[in-house]
Amino acid sequence: MLEFVNFYFIPGLVLGCIYALGAIGVTLTFGILRFANFAHGEVMMVGAFLTWTFMDFMTGAGLALHPLVAAIPAVVIAIGVSVFVDRYFYRPFRKSSPIIVVIASFGMMLVLRSLVQVIWGPNQITFVKGIAKPNGAIREATSDMGMMILVPDKHLLIMVGTIVIMLAFNYILTSTRMGKAMRAVSDNPDLARTSGINVESVIRNIWVIGGFCAVAAGVFLAMDTQFIESTMGFRILLPIFAAAILGGIGRPFGAVAGGLIIGLAEELVAYPWIGDAPLISPGYKSGIAFMIMVVMLIVRPSGLFRGKVF
Amino acid sequence: MSEVLLHLQGVTGGYGEADILHDVSMEVAPGEVVVIVGPNGAGKSTAMKSVFGLLNVRGGKIIFDGQDLTGLRPDEVVQRGVSYVPQTENVFPSLSVHENLEMGAYLRNDDISDALERVYGLFPPLREKRRQAAGTLSGGQRQMVAMGRALMLDPKLLLLDEPTAGLSPLYMDQIFSIVREINALGVAILMVEQNAKQALGIAHRAYVLVDGTNRHDGTGQELLDDPEVAEMFLGGGKPAAGDGSGAAE
Repeated sequence: MLEFVNFYFIPGLVLGCIYALGAIGVTLTFGILRFANFAHGEVMMVGAFLTWTFMDFMTGAGLALHPLVAAIPAVVIAIGVSVFVDRYFYRPFRKSSPIIVVIASFGMMLVLRSLVQVIWGPNQITFVKGIAKPNGAIREATSDMGMMILVPDKHLLIMVGTIVIMLAFNYILTSTRMGKAMRAVSDNPDLARTSGINVESVIRNIWVIGGFCAVAAGVFLAMDTQFIESTMGFRILLPIFAAAILGGIGRPFGAVAGGLIIGLAEELVAYPWIGDAPLISPGYKSGIAFMIMVVMLIVRPSGLFRGKVF
Repeated sequence: MSEVLLHLQGVTGGYGEADILHDVSMEVAPGEVVVIVGPNGAGKSTAMKSVFGLLNVRGGKIIFDGQDLTGLRPDEVVQRGVSYVPQTENVFPSLSVHENLEMGAYLRNDDISDALERVYGLFPPLREKRRQAAGTLSGGQRQMVAMGRALMLDPKLLLLDEPTAGLSPLYMDQIFSIVREINALGVAILMVEQNAKQALGIAHRAYVLVDGTNRHDGTGQELLDDPEVAEMFLGGGKPAAGDGSGAAE
């Protein structure tokens, strides 16, 4: 039981949090701009690289920055990149068929990844130098059964961070004028336009929120795996798409639920449910998200929360 | 007709390449109810959409309150005092009734509680359902939400595209009487309606469009009495209503 919680459930939740943050951006752009943004994973990756660069730079100046502090300028730059890319690379295709924009985003994915490889090189970089404290970083909590549930600090931070971002995001969507306008545009862009909503300014804000969540996901992923590399964004793009589809396209809260489910599913299938061997070898982990996505598209394409079907 | 609020001057245009409207002219005076009737595919909804910048207007001009609306974006048209209620998909289904009304007031930065009170006064059923998602309401109630949303900016002119399409007779009567009430508040109304007899009954004036051109115009009563119009839409005991699918013309 304890082993299950410590080695499967908690890591599953952590992975789920990262997927959930990534899926928010995907589902928002898919719901409002009607295209699957392949470059979304690269925004996460760029955010993680920028964060590492600020940490590295400040370490050189004799100041050890926490990743979450170094992520602040990274967020600002990544959001700037997102808005810039939308303005000059996606907006000209606003009235074209969605497949054109999907291909544009695929191209943008390659451009961003190549740029990162030119600047930082193609190899893995250790994200957190010298603070790998395998035992010291373990938080101990005693459950009522007198057993130990161990949550590493980084996992606690990722989960608390995700909850804080979700609460803020929920507040924005349900209680601010811009958030309600985002939901309105997602529901029906033509009606939003005829109601006097400036759809282009809503779209800009979509990129801001999507970019913010993407950088958070990228930094959390780097904190969890303790390294960064240029393909890290692409590797988690599939489970993120799966999470967005599972939750229902255009449903941000669905994306969060979808992310948590996919993250948990990926970890839990490796638990020795029957006998002593893992139910499914961890090597097939990434296949799980794909399977859920395919089944969902066949059985219930609108997702758990009745999203859009294009 | 000394004063004109809305003036379509020989409008020609369509959605894509082909023209649907050919040299269509119309006028709406302040405080008037004007109805557009005509057979399916006559361009009734299209004429209305031309006002709202939803059409490629290739000829003619649209003047509202002395300003040229031709070629403006929908949000710029709203800003000038025209609100539009489309025939279908006219509410934000996942937003609550209250949020739908707030979206109608998106362009306002001041206190909107007066406008909300006025809308809830016109549509009492909406007040009880204000926290409910608009997508869960009945067709008639959705129409109320859509009209309420359009009234939040205190427009000078309200465009209604077949507000009674697909509604039960009970709701139809209710919508027509609400249209009268809104008009009594001083809002001019330009309305497309399949239900020609009832619509002409409340219209100050009406236009008959056929094949994208003006065929007749006159007061509601004149058209009701016109034998040709009667034959076209009101005739022989047959209901005048079509199948309600006229929006796509």
